[in-house]
Amino acid sequence: MNIWLNFLIDSLAFGATFIYGSTGEILTEKAGHLNLGIPGIMCMGGAGGCLMLNLIGKSGLPPVLIVVLGILSALVFSMLMGLIYSFLTVTLRANQNVTGLALTTFGVGLMKVIMSKLTATVYLVGPKQYYRWPFAGRQDSLQCLGVLFFLAIIIAIAAGWVLFRTKVGLHLRAVGENPATADAVGINVNRYKYLATCVGSGIAGLGGFYYIIDYMASQEAYLSLEAFGWLSIALVIFALWRPPVTIIGSTVFGFLFSCSSFITIIPGVTVTMAMKPVLKMLPYVVTVLVLIISSIRNKRENQPPSSLGLSYFREDR
Amino acid sequence: MTAKHTPAVKEPLVHLSKRSSIHPLHAWAIRLIAVVLGLAVCGLVAFLLIEKIQEKPEKIWDFYNAFIKGSFSTPRKIWKFLKSLSILLGIALALTPAFRMRFWNIGAEGQTLMGVLGAIAVDFYLGGKMPEWLLLILMLLAALFCGALWAVIPALFKAKWNTNETLFTLMMNYIATFLVAFFLEVWVTNGSGALPKMKTGKLPVVGGNDYLLIILVVLFLAIALFIYLNYTKHGYEISVVGESERTARYVGISVRKVIIRTMILSGLLCGLTGYLIGAGLDQSITTNSVGGQGFTAIMVSWLAKFNPLMMIFTAALIQMLSQGAAQISQDLNVSGALPSVITGIILFFIIGCEFFINYELHFRGHGQRGKAEKEGVK
Amino acid sequence: MEKQLALQMKGITKRFGGIVANNQVDLDVYRGEILAILGENGCGKTTLMNMISGIYFPDEGKIFVDGQEVVIRSPKDAFAHGIGMIHQHFKLVDLFTAAENIVLGVKEEGRYDLKDVNARVTEIAEKYGFHIDPKKKIYDMSVSEKQTVEIIKVLYRGADILILDEPTAVLTPQEIVRLFDVLRRMKEDGKAIIIITHKLNEVMEVSDRVAILRRGEHIATVETKDTNEAQLTEMMVGKKVDLNIDRYDPENAVPRLIVKDLNLYDQEGIHVLKDISFTANGGEILGIAGIAGSGQRELLESISGLQPLRSGEITFYNPKKNKPVSFYHKTMKRVRELAAQGAFHDGQGKPVSFDGMSNKAVWKWVQSQGVLFNEDEVVNLRDKNPMQIRALGIHLSFVPEDRLGMGLVGSMGIRDNMMLRSYRKGPAGFLDRKKPQATAEKIIQALEVSAPNTNTPVSRLSGGNVQKVLVGREIAYVPKVLMAAYPVRGLDINSSYTIYNLLNAQKERGVAVIFVGEDLDVLLALCDRIMVINSGTVTGIVDARTATKEQLGLLMTKTEPLRKEGA
Repeated sequence: MNIWLNFLIDSLAFGATFIYGSTGEILTEKAGHLNLGIPGIMCMGGAGGCLMLNLIGKSGLPPVLIVVLGILSALVFSMLMGLIYSFLTVTLRANQNVTGLALTTFGVGLMKVIMSKLTATVYLVGPKQYYRWPFAGRQDSLQCLGVLFFLAIIIAIAAGWVLFRTKVGLHLRAVGENPATADAVGINVNRYKYLATCVGSGIAGLGGFYYIIDYMASQEAYLSLEAFGWLSIALVIFALWRPPVTIIGSTVFGFLFSCSSFITIIPGVTVTMAMKPVLKMLPYVVTVLVLIISSIRNKRENQPPSSLGLSYFREDR
Repeated sequence: MTAKHTPAVKEPLVHLSKRSSIHPLHAWAIRLIAVVLGLAVCGLVAFLLIEKIQEKPEKIWDFYNAFIKGSFSTPRKIWKFLKSLSILLGIALALTPAFRMRFWNIGAEGQTLMGVLGAIAVDFYLGGKMPEWLLLILMLLAALFCGALWAVIPALFKAKWNTNETLFTLMMNYIATFLVAFFLEVWVTNGSGALPKMKTGKLPVVGGNDYLLIILVVLFLAIALFIYLNYTKHGYEISVVGESERTARYVGISVRKVIIRTMILSGLLCGLTGYLIGAGLDQSITTNSVGGQGFTAIMVSWLAKFNPLMMIFTAALIQMLSQGAAQISQDLNVSGALPSVITGIILFFIIGCEFFINYELHFRGHGQRGKAEKEGVK
Repeated sequence: MEKQLALQMKGITKRFGGIVANNQVDLDVYRGEILAILGENGCGKTTLMNMISGIYFPDEGKIFVDGQEVVIRSPKDAFAHGIGMIHQHFKLVDLFTAAENIVLGVKEEGRYDLKDVNARVTEIAEKYGFHIDPKKKIYDMSVSEKQTVEIIKVLYRGADILILDEPTAVLTPQEIVRLFDVLRRMKEDGKAIIIITHKLNEVMEVSDRVAILRRGEHIATVETKDTNEAQLTEMMVGKKVDLNIDRYDPENAVPRLIVKDLNLYDQEGIHVLKDISFTANGGEILGIAGIAGSGQRELLESISGLQPLRSGEITFYNPKKNKPVSFYHKTMKRVRELAAQGAFHDGQGKPVSFDGMSNKAVWKWVQSQGVLFNEDEVVNLRDKNPMQIRALGIHLSFVPEDRLGMGLVGSMGIRDNMMLRSYRKGPAGFLDRKKPQATAEKIIQALEVSAPNTNTPVSRLSGGNVQKVLVGREIAYVPKVLMAAYPVRGLDINSSYTIYNLLNAQKERGVAVIFVGEDLDVLLALCDRIMVINSGTVTGIVDARTATKEQLGLLMTKTEPLRKEGA
């Protein structure tokens, strides 16, 4: 098969990690909360899913159930993380940056503790093929796409639809833009903040699970997961807070990240080792450029949500 | 209010209001309670995660002992504690002027790393070709320059176009990381990616201890910064800009100038800390030379309410936690990631307790009305 | 026509601490009528309406809607009873379209479809004669359009009792005409409309009945057609208010600040100040009257160097010829520079030169009043920021409207707030806190500020004390020009008089005082001249000793600019 197509599919598959991460983060940010705990949440999602698979991986349950239970467990773990974050930042009105960073410290650490106790042959080897449905067993590059990949695409599009085409999305965006106004028209600001953070965390957690169990499908995968959590936060800016755009953005990011290994096999292209870090740096550079350009153009629609990072207290007037 | 007109209307169970003031001792008592509660929860988590304790619950005391043991059991550990504390404190101090200005610089990791990179680059290219003292000075200048450069870029865009500084500085961290990775690829030709410790460019040993100089420099910095922020005109301008940009404009303070100047200062201090890491400790660099301290420092600075002297204590607390937890991993033979979990949990408690310092809770039926009326007057 | 009672308030009382905001107020509103609630600032109009719309809860009294007693605890409850209030400060999400804002928070059956909403918004708009594009974003809208969105927002929720809080304060005369058309149409549609205002002409024009409030009490409700402005005024202000503010005749008033053809455009490109020209004299108080938002704030900010002007001149004029020199604010270096330029003479007309003299000797000479100014000081202030103005040695004090957001730093104590003006003085680098401390203590004592100590954050002080601190600081700065925007807003009587006395004392000192006020009685009693502006244009400058309230009211609503420098 064409080398370029392989390359594209791999970038897409890799990018799905970021689609989850940044779609989750977008939902949270749209409610006005900059969640720097996303890397930790993704890690915990991954750990939660793997923990469940470690229990049922060899149990002989129907594959569908194994897939669903894994996903559910990832969701539960990452949503619990989201709950910690929202309790601290929404109810206790703690500083969001500090809370997020603490959450990442905690999540990454706890994941490592959990993962070191699991058996890769149980949680990985068997279940992996179920998650690659319907392409499992194929010989071409399509085999690396599976349930969780398509779920990522669906979630990104659905999240975009919810945010921009439904009443819930309208209310959510109002909360992130101007919580006092939202409050005045009878929207339960805290409920929306909790909801967005927890659902967003759940989505992000799936990204971690996907990365470990599907895309990398290796025992060491979890060690590099944190870095991709941060990249997901970058992607939010790149996508200008629009979930469907993350699909394109994540493919570009995936491309830039993985092309250092691909590029060597493309005929006529020579790449020195030193180029690899530069290629990996590009997503961040591009993100910074997007951030700068959108702030210079100052188009209101492309700015971060107005109340991002600020806690809301009704009696502050 | 007659009962007749307000039938069966429930007041909210808990009513919140901002505290107008709190006695400092009261506030510290709340924080202390939070740490104690956090430690208790950590013990519970340890009980769940560490098999040894599950088997022999009395081992839980080893768990708590280890916190002290990790940092203070031997002179070597004490020195190591003081060294790590100094680096963490150095970065926290560097962040503080920016935070006082409400400029959310979360790019200390990158700014410090750039400082290390600047120092090591000079060492790599010029080491051995000139007297050591000159090399050390050049390394310092390079470190300061690189740190300041990394900080001033977001500041320029913030000042001119109000570009979101939190996201910008966050991205700059990763650009710095990969920049280091790039130079490592260039410098290390054998493909190992590890730069051997260099023989040149090492800060002199003061008082017979490798770390004493670093500790003294950072301690001096803490005092100097305290004076700068509280007793100089620049410090005053930073506070005014941080509190209200409109007031700053009203009295004719150039907000842009203050933002840029303060971020340069912030970057310089990060660069200096990077220099201490590069020239004072490592004589080498990896992408992990700062090791996440740039992020931890944000919490140190915030926990100290941006007070440089208070930061000595908050940095010590955090450092003690992580070293203590590392000791636990060693003593009880559990995963090396346990320290992060324990630090995370205690941080949650400390972060959460600030709520009880800033807000007052009024439970239903306890002086509700008087309070509400007072607010009405405002 | 049979009148149907829509809303009834009986014996409503609301207290804030010791202050009674509303005392036993009774009020009826009928369907198909416009009720105006008339009263001066601070008479309890807004508090009363906030109790109907669920912002406050009354301490005593009953509210009936359509004859049923109701309990209104939140805006939500108010909407449930069909009551909607349009506040003075709009609560809109800037980033959303008009339609999105209108539909925000509404619980409706069926699928959310913005097209439907747009159509319904357009339908409502057409029904009542609004002009609105439902797809337009709020940040692209003028104030009047935003108000329209707020009104439709309330109508969309099915409100049939509408309360408008000073809706005309922010509108142009043309927009007011349009708004009144809409209100009449809603009235014909059977809605009950309450409009809060303190403008008589509007009351006469649009209302069917008028309820007059004074100091929290309901004075009377009269049919508009049976009354006239004079009668309403009398009820509103009570007997002629003798404010008993001292006013001295200005002594040798001299031009101090000359403003000529000032033009300012704001960030949205709106022409906010149009060809403003006036002269403020030293030794007199120049009042500025006008509807809120007519450009008062922008004018003062322009003079103090906070707004980039499109065109115009601002000249500071300080006749100094043959007056002794005082150097207290200048550095010796600057003094020598000025001497080299021939700025001083020795009393016989011979320029002085300090060459070869020690600083001490120069100082002694100056102290003995042997050195006189050679020329008047004429300084162009245009395009200079506050720092540069101060560097020129010009003492321009400005008490802004937004005390804690602009004039003071809320989290700092009185002492550190004193430093805002003076912190640059003293040795390079370090702050001098001794003098500000002394100033702070002096102000606390002289103005009877009640504050625990000079370190207590000023945001914790009461409004009156905050204002005393701010005005005190601006006066401690020994100004030549003192500008004060609404300096007594929200203050009790005693604090207000303290401020009036301070302004008068400054006038006696020969300061040019510019006083932006809203209470016409105060303006007439305190000022020497009053300049009236409307929508950024000077519509008249009158002598405060002879002018009448009616005359001012007329000028405040007049649109054609004053052609020549008057009074």
